[in-house]
Amino acid sequence: MGQKVALTGNEAAAFAMRQIDPDVVAAYPITPQTEIVQHFSSFVHDGRVRTEFVTVESEHSAMSACIGSAAAGARTMTATCSQGLALMWEMLYIASAFRLPLVMPVVNRALSGPINIHCDHSDAMGARDSGWIQLYSESAQEVYDNLIQAVRIAEHAQVHLPVMVCQDGFVTSHGLENLEIEPDEAVRAFVGEYRPEYHLLDPERPITMGPLALQNAYFEARRQLAAAMHEAKPVILAVAREFEALTGRSYGFFEAYRMADAELVAVALNSTAGTLKEAVDELRRQGTRAGLLKPRVFRPFPWEEMADALTRPGIRAVAVLDRADTNSTLGGPLFNDVRAALFDAGRRPPVKNYIYGLGGRDVSFAELVSVFGDLRATARDGGTDTPVTYLGVQPRRSGELAAAGTRRR
Amino acid sequence: MPGTLKDLSRRPSLLTAGHRLCAGCGAPIAIRQLLLAAGTGLVISNATGCVEVGTTIYPQTAWNVSWIHSAFENAAATMSGVETAYRSLKKQGKVRADFRFVALGGDGGTYDIGFQALSGAVERGHRMVYVCYDNGAYMNTGIQRSSATPLGADTTTSPAGTRIPGKPGHRKDLTAIMAAHDVPYVAQASPSHWQDLVAKMEKALAADGPAFLNVLAPCPRGWRHESSETIEVARLAVDTCFWPLYEVAKGAWRLTYRPGKKKPLDEWLKLQGRFAHLFRPGGEAIRQELQAWVDRKWAELVARCA
Ligand SMILES: Cc1ncc(C[n+]2csc(CCOP(=O)(O)OP(=O)(O)O)c2C)c(N)n1
Ligand code: SF4
Ligand SMILES: [Mg+2]
Repeated sequence: MGQKVALTGNEAAAFAMRQIDPDVVAAYPITPQTEIVQHFSSFVHDGRVRTEFVTVESEHSAMSACIGSAAAGARTMTATCSQGLALMWEMLYIASAFRLPLVMPVVNRALSGPINIHCDHSDAMGARDSGWIQLYSESAQEVYDNLIQAVRIAEHAQVHLPVMVCQDGFVTSHGLENLEIEPDEAVRAFVGEYRPEYHLLDPERPITMGPLALQNAYFEARRQLAAAMHEAKPVILAVAREFEALTGRSYGFFEAYRMADAELVAVALNSTAGTLKEAVDELRRQGTRAGLLKPRVFRPFPWEEMADALTRPGIRAVAVLDRADTNSTLGGPLFNDVRAALFDAGRRPPVKNYIYGLGGRDVSFAELVSVFGDLRATARDGGTDTPVTYLGVQPRRSGELAAAGTRRR
Repeated sequence: MPGTLKDLSRRPSLLTAGHRLCAGCGAPIAIRQLLLAAGTGLVISNATGCVEVGTTIYPQTAWNVSWIHSAFENAAATMSGVETAYRSLKKQGKVRADFRFVALGGDGGTYDIGFQALSGAVERGHRMVYVCYDNGAYMNTGIQRSSATPLGADTTTSPAGTRIPGKPGHRKDLTAIMAAHDVPYVAQASPSHWQDLVAKMEKALAADGPAFLNVLAPCPRGWRHESSETIEVARLAVDTCFWPLYEVAKGAWRLTYRPGKKKPLDEWLKLQGRFAHLFRPGGEAIRQELQAWVDRKWAELVARCA
């Protein structure tokens, strides 16, 4: 049975890592992830894990060392965010192509420039096509739970893909929360032993990893990776069921909050979903049937399930909140995927995009409530004709509010 | 000490025939010699470059040992991970066999883009032998200059133009830089002196910590010499003192070979098309500057080894 403790998101991540007790960790510090590396270093130096810890000289080398380590058959983890994740970018694709089951907490932070240390999702969204499974976490509890499940998902024989577990920089990583943790032995039993079929340290069977794959082979490798993403979906649910049996905490592809009879629905990742739950409750008190859909799994994208959830008769308008932009002029990454998922549905509600909170800009309760106000107008008459609204930011020039789809705070 | 040529020829060949490197390429010659010292129980990590591309075109591989390539700039970092995994799994009894670790990179993957990863890995003390096969340019992408390219050499990004005649500056002295990392063993070797090379690899593998070997690897394509003359070109690089053979073992510098008579650099330069423009009118000053650089570096090295 779980035990109640108070931990920050970073502490929860480090705590889970200690319980998972990977064979190797190679990591590099970066705000706001640094604490994970620091806490884990203490575990290593105090002999509380058997992990060999590689204090690499960069995130590029962190991911490279993780690739070497996992290829050698070791359960391997790292952690990063922002510029660190950007520096890893080249290696992220190689890790997934090698089908290495790495697990990595990502403490979401804006990408430079300008340089900024606060939360948004540009970093992880920049890696959304890298072949990594992405899990998002609203709270320290979810960080902890997702990390433990991530090991099982990544290493599953039908999957063999790396997993990143995202949480909001500072908001979650540095906020103290009450959460429930499981005993060390329970976690150890849940994650089990890692026994890869192929690795570099088999004296009987030398292997070549990472050969040149030309026109005759590259495409098949990529196709298999795409297939593994499909395979991951039932595995993610099966691992969640097992986890629920152990802990009583239930997980799926997304959390549907007061969705059963919702008319106006917001979709948002990570900690903002927490504030949105408050907004939904408040709106419900005022008589508006508001609801929230909080994706937990963004890669693979559970588009069928999401389309089912968002095209239920009765849903009149949907707002997708993105803490990242694609700079395509057509809104954020979550918006684009959600909208694409709905395209084939016979009857679909209008979907609007709200880009918010870049570089840690606070998103207020009132602003989130106002999004539902917009949705009411959208449901009535289509609302504003721009699909993308920038929430809580100064307009490019004064007098340009409507044209730029920008709402002043 | 390495065995006789006959002994060595009986050892298993870990890099087999059937690779696609150019005829006369110095790199596989040097690597096969190196691996004779290693024996089995080896993992190799290879940076992107001619050797990687030429030995592992899926579904074929020329390697008889476990081998990993992940990217261009990170052979040392990748190997850090493999070596660390080995220590972890060995400690837990999950791996029983003994392994040794060799990272392999070209000069581009070592002097330039991979330098940070190399410096970091040796500072951390991973027990691995990092071998740079130095052919003095990015050969795989079509002979672009690197920081190992000698002054004046004609490459596709330092062409022998009418205004700028080849590569503008001298090459980086990477072997000395690695010695400055104060690792247990650093050496410079050449496939023309196979016994010296194999002996150095044995010492590198026996070192209690990271070791670095810089091995000259003539490239008939890029240097524009006859593919039958690879070993001769390598030998002249040693005898002109362009590529001195020495080692730094636990901080002690030692020449492992001293040419009977130091030959003029021109003898080496004139074998190679990449320096041909230096033998035309106006090229003499650069040849003199190159000779002066070799003389100075040699004198410094001799003094250090005294
Ligand atoms: C990050 C990155 N930049 C550039 C390249 C292109 N590239 C591949 S091999 C290579 C040059 C390799 O040169 P070197 O290390 O000297 O090896 P050689 O080909 O000479 O054996 C370059 C520039 C790459 N693969 N990755
Ligand atoms: S281009 Fe040069 S280095 Fe590359 S395979 Fe050919 S000879 Fe060897
Ligand atoms: Mg080269």
